[in-house]
Amino acid sequence: MSLINLIRIALKALQRNKLRAFLTMLGIIIGVGSVIAMVAIGQGSKQSIHDQLSNMGTNMITVQPASNLNGGVRIAGSSFQTLTIKDITALKAGAQYITEISPAVTSRGQAINGALNWPTTMSGVSTEYLDIRKLTIRDGIAFTQNDILTSAKVCLIGQTVIDNLFPNGENPIGKVIRFGRLPFQVIGVLSPKGFNAFGQDQDDILIAPYTTVQKRILATIYYSNIYASAANDGVTDAAVTEMTQILRESHRLTANEDNDFTVRTQQELIATLSSTSGLLTVLLTVVAGISLVIGGIGIMNIMYVSVTERTKEIGLRMSIGARGKDILMQFLMEAVIISITGGIIGVFIGFLSTQIVTLTLGWPTIISESSVVLSFVVCAVTGIFFGYYPAQKASRLDPIEALRYE
Amino acid sequence: MSKKILEIKDLKRDFIMGSETVHALRGISFNVNTGEFVTIMGSSGSGKTTLLNILGCLDKPTIGNYFLDGVDVKTLSRDELAMLRNHKIGFVFQSYNLLPRTTALENVELPLLYNKDVSAAERRERAVHALEAVKLADRFDHTPSQLSGGQQQRVAIARALVNEPVMILADEATGNLDSRTSYDIMALMQELNSAQGKTIVFVTHEPDIAAFSSRTIQLRDGQIQKDTQNENKRSAKEMLENLPAVEDY
Ligand SMILES: Nc1ncnc2c1ncn2[C@@H]1O[C@H](COP(=O)(O)OP(=O)(O)OP(=O)(O)O)[C@@H](O)[C@H]1O
Ligand SMILES: [Mg+2]
Repeated sequence: MSLINLIRIALKALQRNKLRAFLTMLGIIIGVGSVIAMVAIGQGSKQSIHDQLSNMGTNMITVQPASNLNGGVRIAGSSFQTLTIKDITALKAGAQYITEISPAVTSRGQAINGALNWPTTMSGVSTEYLDIRKLTIRDGIAFTQNDILTSAKVCLIGQTVIDNLFPNGENPIGKVIRFGRLPFQVIGVLSPKGFNAFGQDQDDILIAPYTTVQKRILATIYYSNIYASAANDGVTDAAVTEMTQILRESHRLTANEDNDFTVRTQQELIATLSSTSGLLTVLLTVVAGISLVIGGIGIMNIMYVSVTERTKEIGLRMSIGARGKDILMQFLMEAVIISITGGIIGVFIGFLSTQIVTLTLGWPTIISESSVVLSFVVCAVTGIFFGYYPAQKASRLDPIEALRYE
Repeated sequence: MSKKILEIKDLKRDFIMGSETVHALRGISFNVNTGEFVTIMGSSGSGKTTLLNILGCLDKPTIGNYFLDGVDVKTLSRDELAMLRNHKIGFVFQSYNLLPRTTALENVELPLLYNKDVSAAERRERAVHALEAVKLADRFDHTPSQLSGGQQQRVAIARALVNEPVMILADEATGNLDSRTSYDIMALMQELNSAQGKTIVFVTHEPDIAAFSSRTIQLRDGQIQKDTQNENKRSAKEMLENLPAVEDY
């Protein structure tokens, strides 16, 4: 029997039980719809994490102090004090793959403007830091090399701090605020960056010359981090190797001593986070896949009912010349039409719910073609797989027995 | 002497119903030659339908051999039997067996769907032609539930003719028809038999229907009681012409 006739017969049979066909499809519709929506949400969040991190500078390299296990006890990296001005000098002198470098010291404290105060973090950095972190100044100016030399009490202010210390919309430029006991003159306002991938508010910050924070606040010669930027994306790995080598020399580590610092690139971080959200996508897809299987079982169930109900019809078709194969194809076609139609509707529902999620919750979503194609293929396979056994049962009926069936 | 198309030897068919066995056919042997018009008569329950089902390759004998066109049906596969039913045999069921909620035309088209050699256009044309032959030209789009018993029977006859089988097996195909329509059908059968040389095995209760055939086999309790050649075969066409011209049927 030709394909067109098979499709026609199957459609007709389904038309007779529209509601039943629809209910059977529902499992598939929900399955496919959720696969598409889940994958879209997963991909969307993955992409937005990636974008955010790239926005922080993909060629950024961070050095952190770390335990080299000398004492046999590991302690959190931040409590180590291994990075100093010597390292910066050595890196500036020796590293070819990095273009900019900045030490960083941070201090938590209370920012105070008159009666208002706000707990925040002050980062002490060099002039190159803004470039490395891709920060821009919205208003005012950045501090200069001279401010660093003189440990000037000037700072740049983030939007969150402004909101809390200058709630009435005054211009903070030129104002003097206090960080802890020390007065700072606000010379520039940072452009807002929003929350980062970890949910930290990147605007809740004050930035000052590192010398000021080191000498006037913390009274330390150590840095809490070193930030650098590689010349371009392609040389970050080379830059990491080179920096590691220079820092080992600078720290006079012998060949069998571990590093007392860690060098990380932003790209590693992106990879880690992407793989985490990739895992999430896989999990969501598995859950959605299970609902497809349940939909398939629904098809199988209904096809068994349908075969039993139509035993007489099967007997008649066989008695006028239908071969087992024809009957098999007829029922298989019905199952496949149910699953594929369900698949098409599911794709629409998936698109629709994805749009709704984006519009109402503001979550980023990306509908990938591969998820559409995949769920389609899975649908067809589901139809064939779960439709096969009922169809085979039908094809093996004995014509006269089937005709006599009441 | 023309060729044997059907040859059955000592055919038995038992139905096992729990502990009881019903002997529907108890050893039947006869031959039918190509182009013969045979009627099978017998009281209700004498095994006519059972015999016809076996002749139509729908059922298999418990014991005994059945040769169709010289081929032992036992040796054929399911697919070969299906092919045979489709290409060679036109079967009219006692209980019509039309597909419900399907129009008369589609019901008649059905056998052609399983015939690869027939195109969609030809299928439609032949189905229309077959329905016209049974005088149902105005009922193409009616479903079985919208047709009278006799009309349904005629759709079933049209369906049996549509594949141009070499052999027509009809199980009380005129059982529900008035005498005029019966004669119409019988005239059609006689025409197919004499003009196209089709072999016809026709089960009936009515002796005057049997009179249109060339041979009558009388069954009784699953056995052949009588097998007689019909010397003065009547022409259904003449009977029709002689029938008083009544307005409607
Ligand atoms: N599937 C079956 N199972 C059990 N017994 C059966 C079956 N089919 C037929 N019989 C029995 O076989 C016998 C012959 O039945 P069959 O249908 O051949 O009669 P028939 O001559 O066609 O009668 P009618 O003129 O009423 O149609 C009957 O006694 C019937 O009860
Ligand atoms: Mg009968």
